[in-house]
Amino acid sequence: MKRSLFGRIWPNATAIILFAALVFPVYWMFSTAFKPTGDIITETPVWFPTDITFEHFKTAYHAPDFLTLVRNSLTVTLLAVVFSLIIALFASFALARMRFKGRKSMILVFMIAQMAPWEVMVIAIYMLVRDADMLNSLVPLTLFYMVMVLPFTILTLRGYVAAVPKELEESAMVDGCTRPQAFVKVILPLLAPGLMATSLFGFITAWNEFPLVLILNKDPEAKTLPLWLSQFQSQFGDDWGATMAAASIFAIPILVLFVFLQRKAVSGLTDGAVKG
Amino acid sequence: MAVQTDPSDVAKTAAVRGQDGEPPVGQHGGNKRKPGIGAAPYLLMIPALAVTALLLGYPLVKNAMLSFQNLNMGQLIQHVTEWNGFKNYQEVLTGEDFWRVTLRTIVFTGANVVLIMILGTLVGLLLARLGKKMRLTLMVGLVLAWAMPIVAASTVFQWLFASRFGVVNYVLDKLGWHSMADFNWTGSQFSTFFVVTLMIVWQSIPFVAINLYAATTTIAKELYEAAALDGAGTWKIFTSVTFPFLRPFLYATTFLEVIWVFKAFPQIFTISEGGPNRLTETLPIYAFVEGVGNQHYGMGAAISLLTILIMLGLTSYYLRIVLKQEEDEL
Repeated sequence: MKRSLFGRIWPNATAIILFAALVFPVYWMFSTAFKPTGDIITETPVWFPTDITFEHFKTAYHAPDFLTLVRNSLTVTLLAVVFSLIIALFASFALARMRFKGRKSMILVFMIAQMAPWEVMVIAIYMLVRDADMLNSLVPLTLFYMVMVLPFTILTLRGYVAAVPKELEESAMVDGCTRPQAFVKVILPLLAPGLMATSLFGFITAWNEFPLVLILNKDPEAKTLPLWLSQFQSQFGDDWGATMAAASIFAIPILVLFVFLQRKAVSGLTDGAVKG
Repeated sequence: MAVQTDPSDVAKTAAVRGQDGEPPVGQHGGNKRKPGIGAAPYLLMIPALAVTALLLGYPLVKNAMLSFQNLNMGQLIQHVTEWNGFKNYQEVLTGEDFWRVTLRTIVFTGANVVLIMILGTLVGLLLARLGKKMRLTLMVGLVLAWAMPIVAASTVFQWLFASRFGVVNYVLDKLGWHSMADFNWTGSQFSTFFVVTLMIVWQSIPFVAINLYAATTTIAKELYEAAALDGAGTWKIFTSVTFPFLRPFLYATTFLEVIWVFKAFPQIFTISEGGPNRLTETLPIYAFVEGVGNQHYGMGAAISLLTILIMLGLTSYYLRIVLKQEEDEL
């Protein structure tokens, strides 16, 4: 089907405009973070910064407790993801490879749990954590983040486990492996891309979580980065340079993970699918 | 939460697609079951079920219990439990506020989802039509918007829409809308919702667009060729080939978006905290402000529970759609 000149131009033109609109907020965050204050507080915006400064990153970095909060965020996120991966490996293997009574309803439970409205459960969780005298601790955060990402982890890993050909596992068992051995030696290595993709999205969820930490951890040293960032602007007045630097610091790990791992994760998904 | 659930669909479709022509996973696993393996699946499931029951199930029960209690600042400090039956519900359901907020939440969700689905679909179809280079470029833009953490995004949007030195006001002023020069976007209900909606739509389009594009790539080329041979035009091809194929996907995605927007919390809270004058409170924010902010914890729990029930209704409807399509997968 031949297309007219117009028919060939408008999709590309639209794509360019869309690209600009999609990227602009991200671009504006970074460019503001690197601009000298004079170029930020100005009547005519400086679209392309010519002077680059790291002043704002210094301000954000030297904000009270910054390193503690980075450590908090990393601890909570990594532990939650690792724990949920371990628990999910067991469950997803059972759900993908075994048949037992209640299997379907268990899958359904996790499908519903995946949609759990955590945002509206914060009052009850606050009461529970308060009664356990664990406010301002990282333990409840870790545990709840783990459960938040668990249903998704189980359901996704189940797909990956199912995509590993049964024959591989069976031949390993014929060769004298026990079932757990076959799992560790055959399935686990093949699951690597799946584990990576799943943990990536678990990481993003836990790293971004806001409502729960908002209500549970009010102590300045007990916060995580999203809470810190949301209050950064009111603490620093209208220092938009520093605020954007803080936002950049918070966003960079996720943007990098997403952009670099997304292709890998997606190709991992499709590899699994083709093999199925 | 939003990003978390996104890829599951990709994974699911990928996994399902892989088993084409094969019996569904679970069904043939059973034949191989050996004697003595009977307890194994349950043992494997115990950790997952236990933590879910303890950390998701129990808070839900606790929420229900709190909603029947008179629990304010005083009771909280003294650790006393005062049951007051259905009084919280009576107060919530007969008051004007709850219904106003519910209506607002529905309108807000509807507006967002309509915009997300229309724009997301158009972008997805555009992706399918672009050349390889252009598609990759647009994909990068989509992934960046998608990956942007919500709180970072809301900080950036506050800066974009800042009344002094904000770039949006500058552009509007330059375009001739001079009254917008120092406009305070979070000063009124409509303009606050405008900013929040723009941000949510911006962050949600990528999920719809990328998945829709992925779905179009699974449509057999022969279908298009056959339609073209029969003399169908672009529009006719869309309505008779593309759209019927995408319909189940669109249906499920719309519902997913409804659920996500309905419970959107950080987006609104970080931009306006429900203000000005509590005019941008949606149900989750309303429950939070009433319960935690105004320290009527019992009331807040009652509002939460009502919201959870609405969410449960939406979720079960969504799952019914999905399960109908993917019955084999279970």
